[in-house]
Parts: sequence; C-alpha cells; structure tokens
Amino acid sequence: MRLAAKVDQLHKHYDLGTVLVKALRGVSLDFPYGDFVAIMGSSGSGKSTLLNLLGALDRPTYGRYILGGQDVSQLSDDELSRIRNEMIGFIFQSYNLITQYSVLENIEVPLHYRAGHSAISAEDRDHCLELAEIVGLEERLDHRPFQLSGGQQQRVAIARALVNDPQIILADEPTGNLDSSTEEEIMQILEKMNAQGRTIIMVTHEPQIARRAKRQIYMKDGLIAGEGIFPV
Amino acid sequence: MLGIVFGVFSVIAMLAIGEGASQQAQKQVLQLGATNIICVSVKPPQGIAKAGQGRLRVLRYGLLRKDYELLANTIRTVVKAIPIREVLDEARFSDKAMVTRIVGCTPDYFAVNHLFLDRGRFVSDRDQAENQLVAIIAADVAERLFQFEDPIEKQVYFNTKLYTVVGVTKRREATAAIGGSMSGQDYNKDIYIPLRTMNVQFPEVKIDFSPGSFSAEEIQLSQITLQIDDRDSVIPTAEVVRESLDRNHKEKQDVNVVVPLELLKQADQLRKIFNIVLGSIAAISLVVGGIGIMNIMLATVTERTREIGIRRAMGAKQRDIVNQFLTETIVLSGTGGILGLILGLLTPVAFQGIKWFVTRFVLEGGTAASDLGKMFTNMNPQIATWSLPVAFSISVGIGIVFGLYPAIQAAKLDPIEALRHE
Repeated sequence: MRLAAKVDQLHKHYDLGTVLVKALRGVSLDFPYGDFVAIMGSSGSGKSTLLNLLGALDRPTYGRYILGGQDVSQLSDDELSRIRNEMIGFIFQSYNLITQYSVLENIEVPLHYRAGHSAISAEDRDHCLELAEIVGLEERLDHRPFQLSGGQQQRVAIARALVNDPQIILADEPTGNLDSSTEEEIMQILEKMNAQGRTIIMVTHEPQIARRAKRQIYMKDGLIAGEGIFPV
Repeated sequence: MLGIVFGVFSVIAMLAIGEGASQQAQKQVLQLGATNIICVSVKPPQGIAKAGQGRLRVLRYGLLRKDYELLANTIRTVVKAIPIREVLDEARFSDKAMVTRIVGCTPDYFAVNHLFLDRGRFVSDRDQAENQLVAIIAADVAERLFQFEDPIEKQVYFNTKLYTVVGVTKRREATAAIGGSMSGQDYNKDIYIPLRTMNVQFPEVKIDFSPGSFSAEEIQLSQITLQIDDRDSVIPTAEVVRESLDRNHKEKQDVNVVVPLELLKQADQLRKIFNIVLGSIAAISLVVGGIGIMNIMLATVTERTREIGIRRAMGAKQRDIVNQFLTETIVLSGTGGILGLILGLLTPVAFQGIKWFVTRFVLEGGTAASDLGKMFTNMNPQIATWSLPVAFSISVGIGIVFGLYPAIQAAKLDPIEALRHE
C-alpha cells in the first residue's frame, strides 16, 4: 500500500428539497505516503466538502474513499468515529482546543476515545509529553488556551493531531488566523512532520502557504480543475 | 437543582412524620392492649337526661354490673373481664394531701394495664372477699405523700376511712387521650383499692351541693376492660360487645367502646393517606426540579456545541457524548439529592426547634396558632431508614430521565455544523 489515502470518483450531493446542490461532481485523487498536498480553490469550489469527506466527518453520495487500505465510504457513524480517532489528525483554522482543559489535557483528548476506552497510562502520558516537546510547549503544559498565543494554540493542535499516530493529517487553513512570523513557525513544524514521513493534506487559499507543500491542486465547481498554484 | 433538594427533603420529612405517627399509634395501642376492648362510661350530653328543677332527680348513667355479667359470661372470646370504678378524692398522710384517682379494681387489673410493682403486692382475691381496707398507691402518690418514708404498712386517709398501704406501683407512662371516646390516663396519681371495698365504702350516688345548684350522679362502673383470646377475634367481638351493651343502653349514649386495634387500623389508614398526598407533592416538586435540570443541560449543550464538534472530530462516538452529558446531569441531581438528604435527616431536629418555639410562645389560648402548635407538639417524626436510599435513588433517577433528552440532542449534532458554530 503505497497510498495513505485515495478517493475515487467522489460525488457529494446535498438535497435541500427544492434544489439539489452538487458540491463534488466526481473527484479522484491519490495520496501516497509522505505526500504534502495543498488543495486550493475559491469558496464554493468544493474544497471544504472534500476535506470533510477526507476527514470522515461525512459520507460521499457516490464514489469511494480508501484510507489506510480500507474502504471507509459507507461505514456507520460509530465506525467513522473510530476511523477519525485512529487514522486522521485534524488541524483547524481556529485551533478548536477545549477551553477548560490544559495543554497536556488537550493533547490527551483523542486518547480518551480509543477503542476499548482504556485509561490513560503512564506510557501514554510520556508520549504526550514527547509531542509537547516536539512542538516546543514543554514549559506550558498546565496552561489553558486563553493563556496562549494563536501560534502556541495551533502547536497544541498539531501535537493533538499526532497523538494517535494517524495515517493522514488534515489541515484546514492552518495559518489563516496567524501573523506572518507565527505562520512561518507553524509551516516549519509541518514541513518537519512531513520530512519525517507524515502525509499532510492541506486546504489553503494563500499562494505562499500552498507553495510550501510538495504539490498543489486546485478545484472549481466540484471538480479538480488543475495542478499548480490556483490562478488568482 | 433547588427543586431536587426540596423534593428529596420533603420525601424524607413526610415519610418521617408518617413513620413517627405510626409508631406513636402502635405504642399507644400496645399500652392499651392490642387484644383489649375497653368499655368506658361517659356522661351523656345534656339534652339526653336532665335533672329536673326542684325535684330530686339522680342522673344514672354508665356501665352497670349487669353489663359486666353479660360481657364476662356470655361472650365466648372474652378471656377476662376487668371492671373498675373510679372516683376522684383527696388522700392524706400526716400533713401531706393530694388529689388522687381512687380506682376500685380486681386483681386482674394490674396485669392487663401493664402495671408493675415497685414493692409490696397488688389487690388480692382475699382482699376482695373480705372487703379489706387496703390500698396500693402509685408512684406520684408515694412521692408526694410519703417522700422518703416507706409507705408499706402506713395508713392513708380518704373518704372518711384509713386504708393500709400494701403495695406501691412502678412509674408508668401515661396514655394519651383517644379523641372524644376516652380521656388520657395518668396512672401515676392513682390509689388502687379492691372493687368490693369501694362498692361498700363509696356510695354510688355522688351528690354535689353548691350554692344555688344541686346535682346527683350515679355510676356503677367506670370502665370494663375485656381481654380477648386472640387478635383476629377482636374486631368481631367488638361488634358483639356493642350489640350487647345496646340492650341496656339503647340511645342513652352513655357508653363508649374503645377498640385499640381499630385505632391502629385507623392510624395506619391515615398514615397511608398522608403518605400518598404528601408523596404526590414531593413527586411534583421533583418533576419540577427535573425539568429545571433539563433546561440547564439544554443550555449547556448549546453553549458547548463547538466542544462537542471537536470531540466528535477526535473520534468520540455518539454514545460517548451521551455519557459525558448524562454524567454531568447525574452529578447535578445527585448533589441536589445529597443536600436534600442532609436536610431530611435534620427533620427531627427541626421539629424539636419548632416544639420549643411553640411551647414557649404559642401554646396558650385557643387560637388557631396554638391548635397548630399543639399538633406539632404531638408529632414526633422518626426517619424511616428505607426512605433515605429511596429518595436518593429517585433524585439520581430524575437526573437520568431529564438529562437523557439534552444528552441525546448533543450526540445527534452534526460534527461539521458543530465545528462551524459560534
């Protein structure tokens, strides 16, 4: 299995009663291990819908999604939850940390939802501490999100995304809310992850961010329109 | 949560009041004797028999000796029949005097009324046969008239004669009055003498001279206590007793038949009604509390929509979300339950406080407040231990029932929508 993930003729339709919205109209993509893809497109192009499907947060109307060798297209809600927990790491534009939890507790969240609901062991804790170190937050383990800057919060999110050793990392405009110097820090971390073998699929509308990826794809009207930087 | 606290508290308090009342009733019945039927002479209401003006009319009422013969000998289930006659009189010893109740009785009286000897002996058959002027005095009488002396062999003076003290009874708890049918009996201010002696020494006609009026009453027997062979026969026997007495007392309304067992049943029924009514009030309060919790949780879910989306993205299943919120609800309602439990446990203490307040400030007079106050002094709540886990489980149950809907709503949120929220 050279492919971390693959989508094959993916269609997504939303039935709004009076009108049928075709958000994706047949998207096929391969994502080999170690890939670093930037997906671009204007709003309405279908890139968010594609990201939701890649994140197993939704099911395609037609087509297949194969993740880590497994067809996850028509799984049940419980099974999709498990897939998300074990195979996917999310990084959101607005960080999406749990405000009442500390840095360490936030990193631990995916561990709570592992199959079997095992308690958090000492090894688990050590693993989380390691990840905190990798993103440079070992001094702030007990801080709450409101005590952190945007860049620091995003770093917590990255550590959290890595905790269950996922097949793919999905990043939705990871630097959208950050200033340029913090942007640089975050992109460097992502590049480092990728260099170590992580597969990263990133949605962005900023060309300078897209250029940091290994390849770029742009979408239009629910289809892949081409490769390279989205013509602005 | 306040609704839960109040609901749990009231469940416990109400059950405690009911339990206390029930225990009191049971104690009273046991004191009077569960297998006893007590026939009591009562002065009929004025309209029935009136002493005429200017004529020597004696008011005859109450149990007659032939009633005693009838009840003792013709009813199969009656094991013993104990007649007594009582008269109030002043008793004296050396320089001390005291108003006492002179009770003319038979030897059986003592056992049937749970009277125990402190020293000496009870009335004996021989005393009866020989019309002896002997007396057995009760605890208060001994204390008041004899203080530190030994009353045995000493002589007490009442009704123009000297009686030799042959026994002293132990202090006994008074019985409460039973509605209008029987007055409370103190027992500790009694002097017991043989019934036959009384019949000889005390005239049946009691004459009262006072300026401007004259009254005369004739009573043969004040009370007949019937001991029945077994509990199940008591109620049917009571019917027979009432019918038999009717023969000699038709429409005179001068005899009451008190059946302690009936009273127990009445008290029990009252308690059941009490429990149902107050249980319903408590239940309503709990439901109100539950609805309150549900609303709080629904608001919480709305506030934490984003968080729910995040958790779902991290791999939380729907049932994980349900569990999370249900647990929070149960903690909320459980805490309310514990607070209510603590308040409930304080019920007896609270009642002591109320009683103290009532006896200090409210008891005098016939106002509505003092009647209510009297009611409180009579109540003696006992925590029914089974009510504690029941009430607490109810509070947890309320949490589960009213927390389920918000929890399920939370779980059903679409993760994508939830992540976009706010």
